[in-house]
Amino acid sequence: MAPALPPGTQAHMKKTHLYLLALIIAAIGFGAFAYKWKVLKFPVLPNEQTEIWEIQARVEFEPAKGPNKVTLQIPGNPPGYAVINENFLARDYGMSIESGKGSRAVQWQIRRARGTQALYYRATVYRDQHEVIDAAEPKPPTPKTYEEPFATARAGLLDAVREKSVDSASFAGELVRRLHDANPSQEVQLLTESFNSEHDRVKLSKELLADRQIAARIVYGLELVEQDTGSTLLPFLQVWDGERKTWRTLNAIDGVEGFPENFFLWSTAQKPVLVVEGNPDADIEFTAEQSLDDALETAKERLKAKDRNLIAYSLLDLPLDAQEVYRILLLVPIGAFVMLLLRNIIGIKTFGTFMPVLIALAFNWTGVIPGIILFATIISMGLLVRFYMERLKLLLVPRLTAVLIVVVLLMALVSVVSHKLDQPVGLNVALFPMIILTMTIERVSVAWEERGAGYAISQALGSLVIASLAYLVMKEPHLQHLIFVFPELLLVLFAITLVLGRYSGYRLTELFRFRALVKDPIAESPGDKAGP
Amino acid sequence: MIGLFEVARRLRAMGLMGIGQRNAEFVLTYNQRRFYPRVDDKLITKTLALKAKLPVPELYAVVREEHEIEELHEKIKDREQFVVKPAHGSGGDGILVITGRRGDKYRRSNGSFMARDEFDHHLSNMLSGLFSLGGQPDHVLVEYCVQFDPIFENVSYKGVPDIRIISFLGYPVMAMIRLPTRMSDGKANLHQGAIGVGIDIPTGLTRRGVWGKELIKEHPDTESSIAGLQIPRWDDLLMIGAKAYELCELGYVGVDIVLDRNLGPLILELNARPGLAIQMANGNGLLNRLRKIQELERAGALSKDPAERVAFAKANFPTA
Repeated sequence: MAPALPPGTQAHMKKTHLYLLALIIAAIGFGAFAYKWKVLKFPVLPNEQTEIWEIQARVEFEPAKGPNKVTLQIPGNPPGYAVINENFLARDYGMSIESGKGSRAVQWQIRRARGTQALYYRATVYRDQHEVIDAAEPKPPTPKTYEEPFATARAGLLDAVREKSVDSASFAGELVRRLHDANPSQEVQLLTESFNSEHDRVKLSKELLADRQIAARIVYGLELVEQDTGSTLLPFLQVWDGERKTWRTLNAIDGVEGFPENFFLWSTAQKPVLVVEGNPDADIEFTAEQSLDDALETAKERLKAKDRNLIAYSLLDLPLDAQEVYRILLLVPIGAFVMLLLRNIIGIKTFGTFMPVLIALAFNWTGVIPGIILFATIISMGLLVRFYMERLKLLLVPRLTAVLIVVVLLMALVSVVSHKLDQPVGLNVALFPMIILTMTIERVSVAWEERGAGYAISQALGSLVIASLAYLVMKEPHLQHLIFVFPELLLVLFAITLVLGRYSGYRLTELFRFRALVKDPIAESPGDKAGP
Repeated sequence: MIGLFEVARRLRAMGLMGIGQRNAEFVLTYNQRRFYPRVDDKLITKTLALKAKLPVPELYAVVREEHEIEELHEKIKDREQFVVKPAHGSGGDGILVITGRRGDKYRRSNGSFMARDEFDHHLSNMLSGLFSLGGQPDHVLVEYCVQFDPIFENVSYKGVPDIRIISFLGYPVMAMIRLPTRMSDGKANLHQGAIGVGIDIPTGLTRRGVWGKELIKEHPDTESSIAGLQIPRWDDLLMIGAKAYELCELGYVGVDIVLDRNLGPLILELNARPGLAIQMANGNGLLNRLRKIQELERAGALSKDPAERVAFAKANFPTA
């Protein structure tokens, strides 16, 4: 009876299947990693810092008798920045937030107030390049009619501006410049006669643009610069570019196009930033303070603001001590992978499959050199005891138990002695896995008996070399950080492991082992080439 | 000095198989896990071999429990010579070859004496699994001690030489004889220092050998030539190698056979993960030969008749 065996073709199919599976798993791992990195902005480097600004708006006013109502425009979705946290500080005030098209405002109300009132709004923002969709085409404004001589002055000014412009933006720019000219023209003098604030001039430019049916709006924002005194919001003029279908921004004072660097857009609502009902003399003052925050923390905050579930099901939401445990645990696969490479690709032999990884973990607390010294001390002392026990002819399990007891005693002894000698590193010996030490002692001693001292020592050294290498890799701070913040990368490792699971090339040590054959002239005779 | 890539390239050209390839393409592909106990437990191997009418050393006793060790001395008191081995042993570890007695003591094949309590302790170690794969509790076989064929007298240092045949899907593809040395303490295991000598499959003549990583033509202890020896009853040996497939149903298996002076070839054990040093001993890679059998497999031309398979092997697998 011929036994049923899987034919070779099936083996080939299995291989394709395996590669496909590995590819899919790796793709999932990389995909999750890329999403967290690029979209959620988790930092790929440890201790990466992000620029964070704390912006505060302080409203101060003398309350009127009876109810007071304060409306403050607040940032919605400013370009170039993202708001991760907001605080509203107003004692005894009722608060509500109103969101409209292109506007967002907080409304504070109080039935009765006494003394100077101070209300605060604080926002934590960080730089974030994101799309701002703001391209709804505005209706062209209808020109109003004005009395003389203003109508003539307006027309004259606008005609002069038109001579020097090519499109709505350059038109508006030229207009703003003329309105703020140090030596204003007669028309400008006439139009700005009664003005006493900058805002009036900005408003005038908007109205003048309306005369020529150019849609314009005034937005407010502030430059994020650290300064001791409070600053005020700067007005900017935005004009609609009908050709490009977009708003173009101009400095409302010097006509330069574009926002300055570090500009934080506060409000695009076409309303006053602050309205205190029945009390036009309210003061508002802005301050901005920069801080560098851990990028990881910022990413977490941002994620919390965006999607609670994603953070709730990640390691970052665990209690801190559990997080510490996972920081270590997630390294074990890395160590095991290093060992896989050294064993299956290089071909180094070790005692026990995962013994070197566990030793490497213990090195985490002791460091490599003290770790190796401690390990060698315990193993060699344990071996001496074990060799003596060989004469007692103990059965296996009692013998292992006896060695385990000796190992624990030795560990205690090493700790006590090193403590007396002021060598605190010796205390960490307790972190060595004692079962592993016991089994190592047993295996070394059996190998010693069976195969000789040379073999036993070389394999023990091989284990130590692998443990040290695994430790060095596991210790790499970038790798530690990557795996902890992006544990999905372990899926990639998993995929590589699957592929290596079918590695059938030579191991490096085999090349040395079989080397003699290559030099041998007899081997090259084509004895096997004879046909059937 | 030849660069490593050049070494790899030449080995590849020679069809030399590495351990990764052996495991991935042959052991894992052709050896089904459920048949492993048939070769891992020597007691099962023996039973199956007897059923298939293949010769094995006679079983004297089995020790399964600690207390049976005492009874064993009684059971074997009439036997001068016997071998004690763990049923799940690997690599020849733990095997005791007893060639005589003096009073209460047993004489081992290397000439040393073993006190009774030492002997008991050794058996108890075997039972607790010290020599078994994975440290599982084991049982102990006590069996006939092979009287080796005098042809090997000049090329063996104590111990018993054995013949290893790699059998792939029932075709004996490569063979070697393993000769104990002083270094191997009379054991026939290459990694313990025994010599492996390649055998030409068509003729049964030894070619040359490997000792450690060294290629040799003489026995290091006796200095007799190890090349050109005719293995007696070679056709019988090949037939045993071929029939082992039906016995264990493992596609890729190493068959270890000893030649007894009186009883002829006896199967010692089967191995589901046979080592690769046989390639060194033969100066040939296994891969070219295995591929030939795989071609037959693809063509659906695998033979069910062991004699036909032996004939194919003799026609195709010479060792120069």
